[in-house]
Amino acid sequence: MRRAFPAATFPCNVRPMKENAAEQAAEATSELHPEAPTSDAPDPEAAMGSEAARARALARLRKQLPAAALLTESAQRKPFESDGLTALKEVPWLVALPGNEDQLKSVLTICREEGVPVVPRGAGTGLSGGARPRADGVLLGLSRLDEILEIDLENCAARVQPGVRNLAISEAVAEHGLYYAPDPSSQIACSIGGNVAENSGGVHCLKYGLTVHNVLGVKVLTLAGDELVLGGPGGDPESLDLLALMCGSEGLLGIVTEVWVRLLPIPPERRVLLAGFPTLSGAADAVAAIIGSGLIPAGLEMMDALAVEAAEAFVHAGYPTDAAAILLCELDGVPEEVAHDAKLVERVAREHGAESLQVAESEAEQARLWLGRKAAFPAVGRLAPDYYCMDGTIPRAALADVLERISELSEEFGLQVANVFHAGDGNLHPLILYDANKPGELEQAEAFGSQILNLCVAVGGTVTGEHGVGVEKLGPMCGQFSSAELEQFFRLKAAFDPDGLMNPGKAIPTLTRCSEVGGMHVHGGRLPFPNLERF
Amino acid sequence: MTDRSEELLEAVQSARAEGRAVTIAGTGSKAFLAESSVETEHGRLLSTEEHQGIVDYRPDELVVTVRSGTPLKLLKQTLAREGQMLPFDPPEFQGLGTIGGAVASGLAGPGRPWRGGVRDAVLGVKMINGLGEALSFGGQVMKNVAGFDVARLQAGAFGSLGVLLEVSLRLLPLPQLEQTRVLERDAEAALSQLRSWARLPLPLTGTAIFEGRLHLRLSGSEAAVSAAAEAVGGELGDDSLWAGLRDHSLPALKSVLLACAQVPPATAAPAEDLLIEWNGARRWREASTAAAPYVPFGPDYGRYRCLTAGGNETLAAYQARLKAAFDPDHLFNPELTRADLAA
Repeated sequence: MRRAFPAATFPCNVRPMKENAAEQAAEATSELHPEAPTSDAPDPEAAMGSEAARARALARLRKQLPAAALLTESAQRKPFESDGLTALKEVPWLVALPGNEDQLKSVLTICREEGVPVVPRGAGTGLSGGARPRADGVLLGLSRLDEILEIDLENCAARVQPGVRNLAISEAVAEHGLYYAPDPSSQIACSIGGNVAENSGGVHCLKYGLTVHNVLGVKVLTLAGDELVLGGPGGDPESLDLLALMCGSEGLLGIVTEVWVRLLPIPPERRVLLAGFPTLSGAADAVAAIIGSGLIPAGLEMMDALAVEAAEAFVHAGYPTDAAAILLCELDGVPEEVAHDAKLVERVAREHGAESLQVAESEAEQARLWLGRKAAFPAVGRLAPDYYCMDGTIPRAALADVLERISELSEEFGLQVANVFHAGDGNLHPLILYDANKPGELEQAEAFGSQILNLCVAVGGTVTGEHGVGVEKLGPMCGQFSSAELEQFFRLKAAFDPDGLMNPGKAIPTLTRCSEVGGMHVHGGRLPFPNLERF
Repeated sequence: MTDRSEELLEAVQSARAEGRAVTIAGTGSKAFLAESSVETEHGRLLSTEEHQGIVDYRPDELVVTVRSGTPLKLLKQTLAREGQMLPFDPPEFQGLGTIGGAVASGLAGPGRPWRGGVRDAVLGVKMINGLGEALSFGGQVMKNVAGFDVARLQAGAFGSLGVLLEVSLRLLPLPQLEQTRVLERDAEAALSQLRSWARLPLPLTGTAIFEGRLHLRLSGSEAAVSAAAEAVGGELGDDSLWAGLRDHSLPALKSVLLACAQVPPATAAPAEDLLIEWNGARRWREASTAAAPYVPFGPDYGRYRCLTAGGNETLAAYQARLKAAFDPDHLFNPELTRADLAA
């Protein structure tokens, strides 16, 4: 296994997608609106700037930033060569680690004036290569801007710098009975600036929302050095909702320099239920019935037999290994409500054929039941030398069909796949097992993964639920969006970054790329999976 | 239940070809919020009113996809039959309004701090931009980080970026029980009471402070609501208050020109405030007493939403460039653009 981080913290050992050769190559370009304005920015995937410009930029940066904030030696720059997507490496031309906003502003101004691309990076835990450096650009690390600036207990809000770790916020306010709700699996390491850039999720999104629902405001510096204050503890942002737009913009529009987060009261009561089902469809139907009953669980997770088997062998959480699928359901709130909801979930699970049921009331028991789920990725990682983690989202109703198709594909490709599913919100993480040392197997895994993502789009879902596009999913994006939609994205970016220097080549594929890789665009009546219902 | 997207697309394309601006409207129920009424703009009206229908609704997904001209009333009835609701509880002025108008105006009801605003519920849109292209952003799933979040950006954009064709919205189950409690409290005491409750997980979904009283809405399971009712005390109140608050039709607000402000919820209550809602975060007073952060509200002042003051020219320039990225020829709602999006 190639892993850059401890497995338990950074569960996905992801690899780059290599796009399928394709049938519909011509299609993407033929849809191009002839009059659509395009940004004058250079091709974001080509090399940018000149060596002379970089030398000028470095000389200017040295005057504005302390020596310790600029890493120029190759040994210093090497640790920044990738983010959590370790398979894609590039040593950056320069690493800048500003210690305050003035220094940050200097970096942006100088880079803009000298035409040097800027790649922002938080904690580097992202799984899609959003912070993959460029050999011709500055890697702008925000880890030194890591102060909690203000905790406003009266308004249940906190103002923090972008480098503050996600979990550090909850830790800082726990004594007041408060916490910050979004909890991506990397929360002990990932930073809030990166969370905003990726609109990070976690296992509690169904009830508590994504980052966009839990951020009250941000302060943003654009490459031009303009400071935009968007929202805040006092309410909605003025006019167009740029705050919502910043969330998930993957560092293409500006640098978040401050974040106002919403703090919630820690729920007084929590309960975790584990149900084992003899069939996958039984578990899937139970999920639909739980949501349909008018209940919103704090977390609702599903694992298939292979994932359960792996988790059990790894951490011995007491999961039923004879089940075809398990559901893990967390309820929280006031005690009266939790007791009521727990009874309802138990009844629904039994009605849908659950053969085993465990209810954890104590914290220790709950931790045990969660342990298997939280260890699922590294546990699956023990089954094969490598695995490829997917991140599609599908409407829940399509789950049974999609899992069946994945299992057929698994046989076609001759590669095993374990499925871990944020069932509450439809976010599916199939883990494709392979051995990179066997010739051709990596390519097979990538082809398999690409088919899964196309399947997600075909049933009305998306190629990425929470990991972001980065560089990894540029190819699959061609299948999800038309040329006109991609062009709209580029015009939007140009409104903030007319020079195209902010994290170029990420998140939005160029039309050239799409025509080359031949994105499989889904058009009504010509679906790649006509047997599946589309909604 | 008709799909008029082709006609709407053609209308935008021909408006563009002729260099003619259009005013987008549904039933026109919110025209009073804008400077100009739909009637006076009749010559260039682009109506979504006939573009109706629920395209997809699966209650166990908690998601509905609906054409923009669908009447709010009809949509809400359909959802209620399945025990569900729009989380942002949009106003129905004169009992009218379409879902497209609700999303475009971004107006949310009294549950906003707890159940989220319009943008929080938007999952996807189909729209026509100013180049006359039909585009689709977001989707029908809760978690989706593919591409910029153009869908949420439409909430509160008042059609300035394009014509909404379809919206996909996240839903919430209707609470089993709702109860209104009323406590005798002056504004300062009421706010202090709310602050003391803020860190308790009370099933609050509405607060209104006016005329010496604190009104609370509790929503949830029977057990949770009755436990909370006991904890907060007070008397049983009138549930119709919340619809009146949502539709700006409360007698306390009706007779005067208003100014409003969004402020941090714990901000002290000046005596001029007529009504404080949203857990303390939104406040109303007479327009004659308005001073920053209070801004006069309504057609006489060209303000359509109660927003935080604090925008500046720099931000306005980015807003204007963003508008131009979608609508370079300024086809859509030019009168709104002048007031709200001008550089």
